[in-house]
Amino acid sequence: MIRAILFHELRRGRLSLLIWAVSVAALLAGCALLYPSFQADAEELGKLFASMGGFSAAFGMDRLDIGTFAGFYAVECGTVAALGGGLYGALIGIQALSGEEAGRTAEFLFSHPVARTGVLAAKLAAVLLQVLLCNGLLLAAGVGSAVAVGADVPWRELLLLHLGYLLLHSVLAMVCFGLSAFLRRGAAGVGLGLAAVLYFLSLAANLTEAAEPLSYLTPYAFCDGAYVFTEGTLKTGSLVVSLLASCICLTAGFVWYNRKDIQ
Amino acid sequence: MNVIELDRFTKRYGSVQAVTDLTLYVPEGSFYGFIGPNGAGKSTTIRAILGLLRPTSGKVSVLGRDVSRERTCILAETGYLASEAAFWPGETVGDLLDYSARLRGRRRDQYTEELLQRLQLDPSRKVDQLSYGNRKKAAAVAALQHRPRLLVLDEPTGGMDPLIQREFFAILEERRQAGATIFLSSHIMPEIRRHCDRAAVISHGHLAAEDRVDRLAGADGKQVTVQGHAAVADLPGVRDLQETPTGQSFLYHGDPKPLLQALAQGDVGDCTITEPDLEDWIQRFYREEGDRDDSRYPVP
Repeated sequence: MIRAILFHELRRGRLSLLIWAVSVAALLAGCALLYPSFQADAEELGKLFASMGGFSAAFGMDRLDIGTFAGFYAVECGTVAALGGGLYGALIGIQALSGEEAGRTAEFLFSHPVARTGVLAAKLAAVLLQVLLCNGLLLAAGVGSAVAVGADVPWRELLLLHLGYLLLHSVLAMVCFGLSAFLRRGAAGVGLGLAAVLYFLSLAANLTEAAEPLSYLTPYAFCDGAYVFTEGTLKTGSLVVSLLASCICLTAGFVWYNRKDIQ
Repeated sequence: MNVIELDRFTKRYGSVQAVTDLTLYVPEGSFYGFIGPNGAGKSTTIRAILGLLRPTSGKVSVLGRDVSRERTCILAETGYLASEAAFWPGETVGDLLDYSARLRGRRRDQYTEELLQRLQLDPSRKVDQLSYGNRKKAAAVAALQHRPRLLVLDEPTGGMDPLIQREFFAILEERRQAGATIFLSSHIMPEIRRHCDRAAVISHGHLAAEDRVDRLAGADGKQVTVQGHAAVADLPGVRDLQETPTGQSFLYHGDPKPLLQALAQGDVGDCTITEPDLEDWIQRFYREEGDRDDSRYPVP
């Protein structure tokens, strides 16, 4: 029965997955393929981008040389991947449970002999599988465009950055999945809004040292491109806090959904 | 054995008391009607029977099991047809029925095809393109295709044309003959009168009446129709007295002697005394309930 729900969820979400993954991957690849034209004036533009004060700091351009492919990819393509995939993860997470009640299909579903915990587990698995598939396409687009550009690519950091995006999108999806248990209507706005607010929080965390603690409040911080390419690792503290937050949200969502009245 | 047992079931939503101390027993093999005006607590009761909501207090047992603890076992032998049948857009009726069957660990079988044929429903049609009546038919097939021991039907025939309604009730009768119990919530009194052997009337979250259908309306007294005029207005037991140009009609409950004396002394050309019609009775009941103040049931 869990398998039936899992396949049903994947089937229902396939068009949305296709549109989001292809759109974000195309944007990412399109952005990466602009690098050769950018490279001609890389030195001057790199200096310019690095000297824009708060703006440079927010996007990590004060720490990375945007004239290199790694710097360009981390700043330009990374923003597309992190934000685009983050919005998708948040959207499918927040709609997973609330969508059933808003569409009044929860009544039909739960009139079958299915345990609520089983339904939640199957839906969560479907959400995470869709996030994984989306990130697989983003990685393919990133690797493909890097190869096409023919630039000197630090493959380890690039793969680590994409692992970070997978974790980021999974964390956002899980947090929103947990919240979804509490919501009935207007959930999409909450999910997309949360993903956007957390992204801007990560930009704010980069602005000054005093704002750095904000990086523990947003999952975008642990896969900050500038940090990954300069330190060669994900930001561990922020990653641990994000994973803990997602576990707490999921647990709260599971507990609440098992007790709530289905509408 | 009772297939459904509600023991002082109470449900409160915040400050709203939806159902209060409802005790109800639905015998196995019965075709049981569940009647009540909008907002009376019918849907809340049905949701509690299916385990979709938790009682504030009281106990709900179905098929001899406690709903709060053995919900999935109960639902494996239950079919439910919701009043507002809603499905996932983009799917066909066939997809929906396949999914419903798989959620029960089964596959669509010959009986599903028979139900589709008898209810004249095309499985290749998209559910979001179905009319209200056809959505009801799809939900009915999903509720019936696993041959459940208990069928819970909430306003099942809305939107169905009369021929399909007849076929639908023929299928229900067959299921009942096979031993199933049918719990039918409906506003349509001819459906209740024609098919149900017992019925409960719920009002303002309370059980207002429960009896065999043929006795339910009769509990209020006899329907008396007089050609002419008799001085009955002051008799104790006379209710709902209507004066017409040719005579009088009223409900009478009590000792027949004073009524017969009043009729004998009056200017009466003809008189009939019958069991009241269920439709008239329920309409009168709804009217009287509507006139009452809801504050009779304050939340403590």
